[in-house]
Amino acid sequence: MSRLGDLGARLYRGEVGVDFVARRKIWYLVSIVITILAFAGVGLKGLHMGVEFEGGAVFTTPATSVSTETAEEVAEEASGSQALVQTLGDDGAMRIQVSGLDTEHSNETRAALADALDIETEALNAELIGPSWGSQIANRAWQGLAIFLVLVVIYLAIAFEWRMALAALIALVHDLTITVGVYALVGFEVTPGTVIGLLTILGYSLYDTVVVFDGLRETTRNFTKQSRHTYAELANRSLNGTLVRSINTSVVALLPVSALLFIGGGALGGGMLNDIALSLFVGLAAGAYSSIMIATPLVSDFKSRDPVVAAHDRKVLARRAKREELGLGADADDEDESADDDASPRLSDRDLEVPGLEHGGHDSHGDHDLEDEGRPPVAAAGAAARGSRGPRRQPTSRGRGKGRPSGKRR
Amino acid sequence: MATPKKSLRSSAKRSGRTRGAQGRPGRALALISLIVVGLVAGMFASGHTTPRLGIDLAGGTSITLAAVAEEGNEDAINSTNLNTAVSIIERRVNGLGVSEAEVQTQGDRNIIVNIPRGTNEEQAREQVGTTAELGFRPVLTMASAAPPAESGEEPTDEPSDGAGEEPTDEESGEPTDESGDGAGEDATEEPTDEESTDEEPTDEESGDESQSLGVPGARDGGLGTMSLASHPAQDSTDEPSDGASDEPTDEESDAAADEGGEGEEAPADPQAQLDALDCTTEAGRLEASRAAAQAQDDEPVVTCDAEGTTKYALGPVAVPGRDVSGADAVYDTQRGQGWIVQMDFSSSGADKFADITAELAMQVEPQNRFAIVLDGETVSAPSVSERLGGGSAEISGGFTQASAEDLANILQYGALPLTFEEASVSTVSPTLGDEQLRAGLIAGGIGLALVIAYMLVYYRGLALIAIASLVVSAALTYSLMALLGPMIGFALNLPAVCGAIVAIGITADSFIVYFERIRDEVREGRSLRPAVERAWPRARRTILVSDFVSFLAAAVLFVVTVGKVQGFAFTLGLTTALDVVVVFLFTKPLMTLLARRKFFSGGHPWSGLDPKRLGARPLLRARRPAPVPSDPKEA
Repeated sequence: MSRLGDLGARLYRGEVGVDFVARRKIWYLVSIVITILAFAGVGLKGLHMGVEFEGGAVFTTPATSVSTETAEEVAEEASGSQALVQTLGDDGAMRIQVSGLDTEHSNETRAALADALDIETEALNAELIGPSWGSQIANRAWQGLAIFLVLVVIYLAIAFEWRMALAALIALVHDLTITVGVYALVGFEVTPGTVIGLLTILGYSLYDTVVVFDGLRETTRNFTKQSRHTYAELANRSLNGTLVRSINTSVVALLPVSALLFIGGGALGGGMLNDIALSLFVGLAAGAYSSIMIATPLVSDFKSRDPVVAAHDRKVLARRAKREELGLGADADDEDESADDDASPRLSDRDLEVPGLEHGGHDSHGDHDLEDEGRPPVAAAGAAARGSRGPRRQPTSRGRGKGRPSGKRR
Repeated sequence: MATPKKSLRSSAKRSGRTRGAQGRPGRALALISLIVVGLVAGMFASGHTTPRLGIDLAGGTSITLAAVAEEGNEDAINSTNLNTAVSIIERRVNGLGVSEAEVQTQGDRNIIVNIPRGTNEEQAREQVGTTAELGFRPVLTMASAAPPAESGEEPTDEPSDGAGEEPTDEESGEPTDESGDGAGEDATEEPTDEESTDEEPTDEESGDESQSLGVPGARDGGLGTMSLASHPAQDSTDEPSDGASDEPTDEESDAAADEGGEGEEAPADPQAQLDALDCTTEAGRLEASRAAAQAQDDEPVVTCDAEGTTKYALGPVAVPGRDVSGADAVYDTQRGQGWIVQMDFSSSGADKFADITAELAMQVEPQNRFAIVLDGETVSAPSVSERLGGGSAEISGGFTQASAEDLANILQYGALPLTFEEASVSTVSPTLGDEQLRAGLIAGGIGLALVIAYMLVYYRGLALIAIASLVVSAALTYSLMALLGPMIGFALNLPAVCGAIVAIGITADSFIVYFERIRDEVREGRSLRPAVERAWPRARRTILVSDFVSFLAAAVLFVVTVGKVQGFAFTLGLTTALDVVVVFLFTKPLMTLLARRKFFSGGHPWSGLDPKRLGARPLLRARRPAPVPSDPKEA
């Protein structure tokens, strides 16, 4: 953990990091490919809708001694879809529902069931059954979904900005598409559990994205006031800074779901558990992926089309180029000090990076009050340290000031 | 602990904020333990220690309803009407959407309603089977229910005589009023018949002179209706035109004269019906309401009231129930009527209602009464004293809270297009065996164990706070769900069980957001106590924003959708709200308290907050004091 913690710290300070934003084309490509596969899956294989949605056949058996498990097996084998088996009353009569309306299939199932129950086929009462999750429920659900999406985009546009709202929406649609596609490809039956799973993802995917955006907003709030980093760089830094958190939240959310899917559904006997857990698993994984790899890079892309941001980015790059020439001295300076301190290249790294981060961070939020509390002990410690090692402080300080082109702070 | 620093450098505002942010951790913790203890105690006290399970997990009762063919209307039993009936029944039994009842068609004429175990079966069966055909009909006459046959008749006759007086009224022009009163209810009825006769030849049959009630002039609809009774189909269309004109009176009298004997039969019909009506016995009322329910809207009917104390002869439906656009059960404190049901009409309904009440208001007792008829039974028959515009009405009288809510619920969701009878009622077993639930719970347990293990490895001491919070969250969720079962019929199906398990994992996310914030602050070189307080406002905002999004999803889905989606939305909203409650009232205060312990504030290696392990900058203090002093400048 110490190494992990250390990694967390370094990520936080931007010393190490994956350049998510710069490599966005790769992520986009990956997502587009998966999405196309998903569409292809739905288009070619179609979704296998359960009896709850489409209705199907219902067989009512006379009293029998055959167990519901047997009946379920027989019915599922003959019909190829999940069977809902219930006993009716106390004498062992059963009601068996399977999806699939075509009579041929239904007749086969009926014959197989009659056979298993050891009765005449005619004695097995067969009827068509309507959906218990009818079109009305479905229509209302779509309606609710649409209203929610509109509201949430409006909300995010207000709380953040419209580009983030749009990116969050795209990420969400991305997650849902992938999940539905996986269902089509795997061929699992779509049951109410699946839909509930999808709706859970809806909330979770947005939750994840919102957490990432919250960090992003904070990092970039006053980014025009600094000229060291482009928007994309800041976005990337914010991503890396919250990476540990993102990974942890995803792991923690995925662990129970994987348990449901692999242990509950796989080892302990599938059925509906599988339907629910699969949609949750795929959706949560896609959600974690998209909030990092898709949502933030998208925001950065949208942003770079904003003239203000574009101008700022150009300025930063120009300055950076200029500093390349002049900057040697400063770099040398930095190098000196770090050698002074403990000769680790990591530290010089930090000297370069940290200020930028802090810059964004500090400028961004006004509530520094609490930090002040932190000061006394630290300051005291600092003073103590100064007492003993005072002399060293000067050069460092000077060096840091120089390394900062804005020159405004510290 | 805030005070010393305040004196050091904070402005008043800052110190205020500081104290607020730190809150009074003791109080918050006391509050939430009170809540938890209260809920758990309530759960045990109520005896419902397990959440009610949905039909997929616990089985329940299956009611098969068969559509009853009505004479001459066999075509009504078709898939469209069946589906309409399904969705109406669905909403009735699933009022809040959380009870997990299932409604589906079976075959050509049946509807199956599955209700999870533990539901109030009686009530559900009542709701399911009620047609809820609602109509507003003007009262023609009313009588005390008690004396069935003879007693009923005699009065009627006499009244009619009384009606004879009326002629005078006619002349006066506003005859109707008094005549009706004097006569007694029955009397009024007859007159009406005749009246109708005026215009249409057919009506002539009715013999009484009294008719002349002329009354008609004043109000067309009500009186005209009577005639309908005798000659249902044809008349109906014409009626509207009738009454209005003055002429009728003249013709009418003629007609009356002519017909004499013949007329007897026709009028005898409704009259006799009313006389014959026996509202004193259960069976009689049932019979009456069935007959009345089957009557066409444009036929007059005779009905009983719910208590069986009064019987009514009623005109055709003036405002049909489908014009009711919404209904609510309300407790009327102002007029002390107890529970009443308020209804709103659609715009066309509002117009009809205004028109008919305007007419009725000019009538005399009892013809100024307006009966509200539900499934062939007169729920109430208030008198009308003025035109009622505004598009709303209320039903009062003898409701309990439950019955008022039931009625409002039924009115709200409309009448069934078909009449059903219970073909069979039987218990059904769960569609998913025990093993599914057990597998789900075991897997959920393992999953949570993994989460805990992961947190312990990664967050060490902090994980204890997370685990404690999870326990609180789980206790709250469980006890609430157990209590909501009996309270609002909340039932858990397998997806909801999974959802709850996952939701607990998602709750853990909030803790992680907060912990990471604290660690970031520690990395910036702050000591723990300030880090805890400083991390909070930012973590809080993040948590609130993202929980708000989840809650928005829950709220929208709950309001818009029906059935199982609504049930899901409820669960989502509940767990989201609990997340906020737990983080605010438990995790944060606990963190504040524990930050004072040496174990955490000292950055013990096992606390999960060891600055060294976090790579915090204070670490540099030892080697390199520089960054620290630089801090103050930036603030």
